[in-house]
Amino acid sequence: MAEYKTPTSEPEFHANFAQIKPRMNKSEALFESSRCLFCFDAPCIKACPSGIDIPQFIRQINTGNTTGAARTIYEANYFGNACGKVCPTEVLCEGACVYNLQDVKPIEIGRLQSFATREAIEQNKPLFGPGPANGRKVAIIGAGPAGISAACELRSLGYEVDVFEAKSQPSGLTVYGVAPYKITNEEVLAEMTYLENQFGFRVQYNQPIASRRELEALEESYDAIFLGIGLGATNPLLLPGEERNNCVGAVEFIEQLRVQHHRTAVGRKVIVLGGGNTAMDAASESARMGAEDVILAYRRGKEEMGAYEFEYDLAKGVGVKGLFNVAPVEIVGNGKVEGVRFIRTATLHGQVQVVPGSEFVEPCDMVIKATGQAKQTQLLSLIPGLQVDNKGRIVADERTGQTTNPKYFTSGDARNGGAEVVNAAAEAKATARGIHAFLSGGF
Amino acid sequence: MPDLSINFAGIKSPNPFWLASAPPTNSGYQVMKAFDAGWGGAVWKTLGVPVVNVSSRYGGVNYRDKRLVGFNNIELISDRPLSDNLREIEEVKKRFPHHAVIASLMVQSRQEWHDIVRDVQNAGSDGIELNFGCPHGMCERGMGSAVGQEPEVLQTIVEWVMEVAKIPVIVKLTPNISDITEPAMAARRGGADAISLINTIQSIVGVDLDLFAPYPIVDGKGSNGGYCGPAVKPIALNMVKNCAQHPEVQLPISGIGGIENWRDAVEHILLGASSVQVCTAAMHFGFGIIREMTSGLEQYMTDKGFHTIYDMVGKALPNVKHWEDLNLKYKVTAHINEDKCIGCQLCYTACEDGAHQAIQLQEGTRVPEIIDENCVGCNLCSLVCPVEQCITMERRDDGTEHLTWKERTTAGTIPTEFNDERAGGRHHWVPEPAAALGKEQHKTLPGKARQYARADAAALQATAASSE
Ligand SMILES: Cc1cc2nc3c(=O)[nH]c(=O)nc-3n(C[C@H](O)[C@H](O)[C@H](O)COP(=O)(O)OP(=O)(O)OC[C@H]3O[C@@H](n4cnc5c(N)ncnc54)[C@H](O)[C@@H]3O)c2cc1C
Ligand SMILES: Cc1cc2nc3c(=O)[nH]c(=O)nc-3n(C[C@H](O)[C@H](O)[C@H](O)COP(=O)(O)O)c2cc1C
Ligand code: SF4
Ligand code: SF4
Ligand code: SF4
Repeated sequence: MAEYKTPTSEPEFHANFAQIKPRMNKSEALFESSRCLFCFDAPCIKACPSGIDIPQFIRQINTGNTTGAARTIYEANYFGNACGKVCPTEVLCEGACVYNLQDVKPIEIGRLQSFATREAIEQNKPLFGPGPANGRKVAIIGAGPAGISAACELRSLGYEVDVFEAKSQPSGLTVYGVAPYKITNEEVLAEMTYLENQFGFRVQYNQPIASRRELEALEESYDAIFLGIGLGATNPLLLPGEERNNCVGAVEFIEQLRVQHHRTAVGRKVIVLGGGNTAMDAASESARMGAEDVILAYRRGKEEMGAYEFEYDLAKGVGVKGLFNVAPVEIVGNGKVEGVRFIRTATLHGQVQVVPGSEFVEPCDMVIKATGQAKQTQLLSLIPGLQVDNKGRIVADERTGQTTNPKYFTSGDARNGGAEVVNAAAEAKATARGIHAFLSGGF
Repeated sequence: MPDLSINFAGIKSPNPFWLASAPPTNSGYQVMKAFDAGWGGAVWKTLGVPVVNVSSRYGGVNYRDKRLVGFNNIELISDRPLSDNLREIEEVKKRFPHHAVIASLMVQSRQEWHDIVRDVQNAGSDGIELNFGCPHGMCERGMGSAVGQEPEVLQTIVEWVMEVAKIPVIVKLTPNISDITEPAMAARRGGADAISLINTIQSIVGVDLDLFAPYPIVDGKGSNGGYCGPAVKPIALNMVKNCAQHPEVQLPISGIGGIENWRDAVEHILLGASSVQVCTAAMHFGFGIIREMTSGLEQYMTDKGFHTIYDMVGKALPNVKHWEDLNLKYKVTAHINEDKCIGCQLCYTACEDGAHQAIQLQEGTRVPEIIDENCVGCNLCSLVCPVEQCITMERRDDGTEHLTWKERTTAGTIPTEFNDERAGGRHHWVPEPAAALGKEQHKTLPGKARQYARADAAALQATAASSE
């Protein structure tokens, strides 16, 4: 394979990670928007977790009202630009477009969405502003899609908002997790700056909230606290040899890639463990970093993978090979990773069973574990009365986002267990309304 | 192989496609290039008195992603010296003796008409077209559409021309008039050999939202222009039909207006034209479009078994009736082919808001349902449905009855009260007006809008309740 040369410079990195949803030019946007049928009670809107009035913004683009289109989008979703590029549109809005039923290419809703919002961002179009101050303050922990969306909505309702973020940049996994061929750092951060300019919330970076003392300080100074902390590090596999060099978690690997670009080291032969979307991303990204062989190893059959089909296609498209019905039993090597010992499996009545005596070693020089993210149970245990469910998700009122500790509200991955940017953005907006209802005296 | 050649009022042409008098026929170079590409004839850009043009001079109507569905201009007649044009006409005729070169003319006095008619005859033109149509610039000076709008003046000028004309004379009519057949009859009375129509329609294609001026803009100002292109075809077709059907016109017709492909041309021909002229399409896409036009026409004629153009001229005319002669007993209603439906619900919203509330949504599916009793067969749903053959209009009468308004008039059975069964008769079901309130709100509205809508609906209900 080795279709991609290992990038050694920023331009080479960008060439290997060329955007799969590149920016539309005006003509493209005009042609594409002209195709929208303007469906009644449009199915695309229903399929969008943030309920953007899609036919409306598409028609606005078509009539030259790009600013109005951006307003329509942001009214429903503060991550309008990012979502247009990173949403799995194939299964959301575009998947619902009625053109699919005619075997016609659905409207490229995501790209149109980014087209309109990008223009607003670049021209710093003033679309929204903070509401009249109501004298109340909300603290937000985490500047991810959930935290920033809540901050914007709360500001528009007149709250003072302080955001505390452990990392040095806003937007959470949008900049530290999503694959670089979906969106560039510059683009994510430009939207963040735009929102901050519009709404004027304060963000304190490199400020992890980790102790009971810090939480107490927030509880004292703020009327409500929003938890937008997302998930934690990659789950450990609990296999022998996991500590060897070059055996890394997918989230950590991807974060390094997003930050360090071509300076990230990738093995020549990489084995990715897992069958979810993160596994597909890690595999695609390794291949684009110039790995000669990338193998996706999954416990069950191909059809049972959790990943979206188009994500698997994307990985196959860059030469990733699948190895199915195998379970890792040991990471072998001598200090450094030298291979993975697998045992073959079979799925019987939905249960994965190992085939005795079928062990073999697949050599490699890097292992990426895409086996799910841990929950932030440590931090959550410091909040009195806060309940989490048996999967580690914060329990919260479906409508208002209020947790079992009335002062705390939550949205995003921390509450839904890990979904998409658009879910975090939509839920957080609703939760901000929930906070407003709570603080202004009654749901 | 069908024979595409025509003999139009004595003007012979290898096929019925002519370039209309306009920028594409401004020079010998262009006309020769066009003939070389396959055009059968060309009406030379109108010759006449010296003029000066402005820039810019064209405006366009774009529809969604389609450019120039309508086009307009504030250009005048040829601004090149008459002698240059005459020399070039001569040269073209020498090289293309079998193609039709028609000189379009526009001057004022009898003497000027006599002179210019002789000039173009001497240059070898096959015919003359009198431009009584230009709706801007020339009419203010008593020419162009100013003449086309005054049948008596038109007739007089045609008579002047006929005094010296030795080649066929076509009168080009302006559509800027309430009854196109009046100037057409005047042309006949004056002795013209044929008519051509339509010239451009007086128009403003748009207004610049920043400069507050109509297009095209000349130094911050603009003027009404002449409209043409695909958008004007329906108007042209109707006028061609009116002239073709009129018993006192009875002249060969050259159809002009919105012709861009073979289908448009055939439509003009079926309504009575025996040659067709093209301007905007040639300006938009160049002379090369003639290949598609001739091959499409040839294929159509082959498929239909037409041997010559004259087999099809006016073929649709017997089916164009007055409203009062249409069968009132014929009844169709809409039918949705559920397998084809893609669930866009455009038919629902069109019928609900724009027609007769005869389509309803159903729980659990996006495929709407026709309420047969309410369907008046208006056809709107099938026009908005984006899927071919998904909504069809099915015949509901048994075909045995035939009754027209005229027959009812004669029989003295014109209704004296509103009790039309097709409209549901008296006390027909129409949803209560009050049921319209809040109806749009079940729609999926985005974030804030949804909240506002809910608040509004609640407020509405509260007012309704308090007023009860
Ligand atoms: C590898 C990967 C690829 C993905 N690809 C896509 C994709 O293509 N498309 C898509 O839509 N979604 C994708 N997702 C999912 C998406 O990124 C998340 O659903 C989304 O970012 C969740 O937003 P959030 O705000 O809830 O959490 P996060 O984005 O995780 O943000 C949480 C923020 O809180 C901060 N934080 C956490 N704890 C603390 C603390 N104690 N104190 C202060 N700050 C703290 C974190 O530093 C972070 O900035 C992907 C996820 C992963 C892991
Ligand atoms: C730019 C322009 C200039 C025209 N000039 C003339 C003209 O000089 N003489 C004339 O008889 N018609 C003129 N016309 C009208 C065309 O001949 C024709 O009647 C009209 O454009 C309708 O045909 P179409 O829809 O194919 O364009 C002109 C049209 C255009 C667009
Ligand atoms: S936010 Fe995502 S799902 Fe919603 S319309 Fe935009 S691209 Fe589609
Ligand atoms: S489903 Fe497709 S065609 Fe219909 S409104 Fe949405 S984008 Fe437009
Ligand atoms: S317009 Fe046609 S495709 Fe759309 S819902 Fe109606 S019948 Fe179905």
